[in-house]
Amino acid sequence: MGERQVEFRNVSFRYQEDMPWVLKDVSFTIGPDEWVAIIGHNGSGKSTIAKLMNGLLFPQEGEILVDGIRVNQETVWDVRKQVGMVFQNPDNQFVGTTVRDDVAFGMENHGMPRELMVKRIEESLSAVGMQEYKIHEPHRLSGGQKQRVAIASILAVSPEFIILDEATAMLDPKGRKEIMQTIHGVQKERDLSLITITHDLHEVTQASRVIVMNQGEVWMQGTPREVFSRKEHVIEIGLDTPFISKLADHLKAEGVSLAREPLNHQELLEELWTLRSTM
Amino acid sequence: MSSSLIIGQYIPTDSVVHRLDPRSKIAIIFFYVVIVFFANSVMSYGVLALFAVGSAILSKVPLSYIMKGLKPVWFLIIFTFFLHIFVTRDGAVAFSIFGWDVYWEGLIQGGAISLRFFLLILVTSLLTLTTTPIEITDAIEELLGPLKKVKFPVHELALMMSISLRFIPTLMQETEKISKAQASRGVDLRTGSFKDRMKAVVPLLVPLFVSAFKRAEELAMAMEARGYQGGEGRTKLRELSIGKSDVMLYIVFVLLIIALFLTRS
Repeated sequence: MGERQVEFRNVSFRYQEDMPWVLKDVSFTIGPDEWVAIIGHNGSGKSTIAKLMNGLLFPQEGEILVDGIRVNQETVWDVRKQVGMVFQNPDNQFVGTTVRDDVAFGMENHGMPRELMVKRIEESLSAVGMQEYKIHEPHRLSGGQKQRVAIASILAVSPEFIILDEATAMLDPKGRKEIMQTIHGVQKERDLSLITITHDLHEVTQASRVIVMNQGEVWMQGTPREVFSRKEHVIEIGLDTPFISKLADHLKAEGVSLAREPLNHQELLEELWTLRSTM
Repeated sequence: MSSSLIIGQYIPTDSVVHRLDPRSKIAIIFFYVVIVFFANSVMSYGVLALFAVGSAILSKVPLSYIMKGLKPVWFLIIFTFFLHIFVTRDGAVAFSIFGWDVYWEGLIQGGAISLRFFLLILVTSLLTLTTTPIEITDAIEELLGPLKKVKFPVHELALMMSISLRFIPTLMQETEKISKAQASRGVDLRTGSFKDRMKAVVPLLVPLFVSAFKRAEELAMAMEARGYQGGEGRTKLRELSIGKSDVMLYIVFVLLIIALFLTRS
């Protein structure tokens, strides 16, 4: 086993020979216990990155290393054990006829013994707060609950990386909150790295690192604060910035000097009430 | 609304019959269907009926549900009965009705065939009333297991069945949504001639198919991402096991066969 990380080395990808490159010479590393948010426009290549990490697609140029192992046709099954993926549509990734069966599906694929499956089902369902729904059928669950089951079924295989490919995009605000809380809890409790691909700016501010994609290239990288303090850069490629960040801008224009870029209400509040403090 | 979407006609009364291994149930029903055709005396029919009615009572399924299961075939049962009465012209005349002679033989034949029908439907509907569709799927996968040797895709077939079961409610909800959406655009599904209504179904089916294909594609990708690579090397969470009551069933069934052949004329 190599080091626990996902590494993209000069990766380029296109769907077909005569089509334009979706990814152009992309390189980055995601380490253990990181929470990386990947943002960008539709067609900026962010979903392609997710599929490449999981071996659903293979790059034409460059290489992808998961734990130091190169992702290719031979290693793809081992890689998929380490890299779990939650997709956008809650319905179209629910394979089992009940919650319990769906959580078991991944484990069955990896040939785990039955006793271990039963134990893991309990553990992972309680990690997402769905233990009471074990024998529910998917049509009796809300979108948020289905996504929580999807997360549980990934956790059951105990991967090192979880990719959320716009997993909250089809949910209502309540479901979105549910998922974010679940993810927070899971990341604290377990030893894993999170990669969220999202449009939701609130989600982005919670990450430990942000990768901004534009037209198949890494446009910017850094902590959310770094990224949103260089707003012009983000706006230049047509992305939005969080409301608080915009508010801070207007305040600055009015002559209020803020020491650091606030990312949420709390931080802005702190900034404002300590503004004239000399202590 | 969605909780009323129960697939099949499963009635969860949790009885001995429910707890039987689905493989046992399917196998026994198969053999029952075969031996029903060996009955030829009043007593032998009595023995068979005793088994069927006994199972029905043990299953604790309310009579009304069993009757509902029989509803679509009542017509067939009655029709065959009358067919025999009118067509058979053997033996002595039992009575005449509107100048038409009804023979004893016809009455007996008609009664026997109808009873056979009734017993077959009763026993098979007991299977679906006491077994969840997914249990039936599992049992079929197990029972067809030997066919894997001749490269018959047993696992794939079972997976297809379970995925269809899982998506039936989803697609039903979707159909409802699409039909409402189309109705709001002026598609009229309820009135008009048969031809008009058939035409109105097209704008319902096309989006449904498109979305079903899209779902299939996404599901396939999600399955692959979760490490699905066919039936080989796969373990199973659902386990079927032969219990005490299954053994009891076999014994009772063997006794039934013996009794049947003793009471045959």
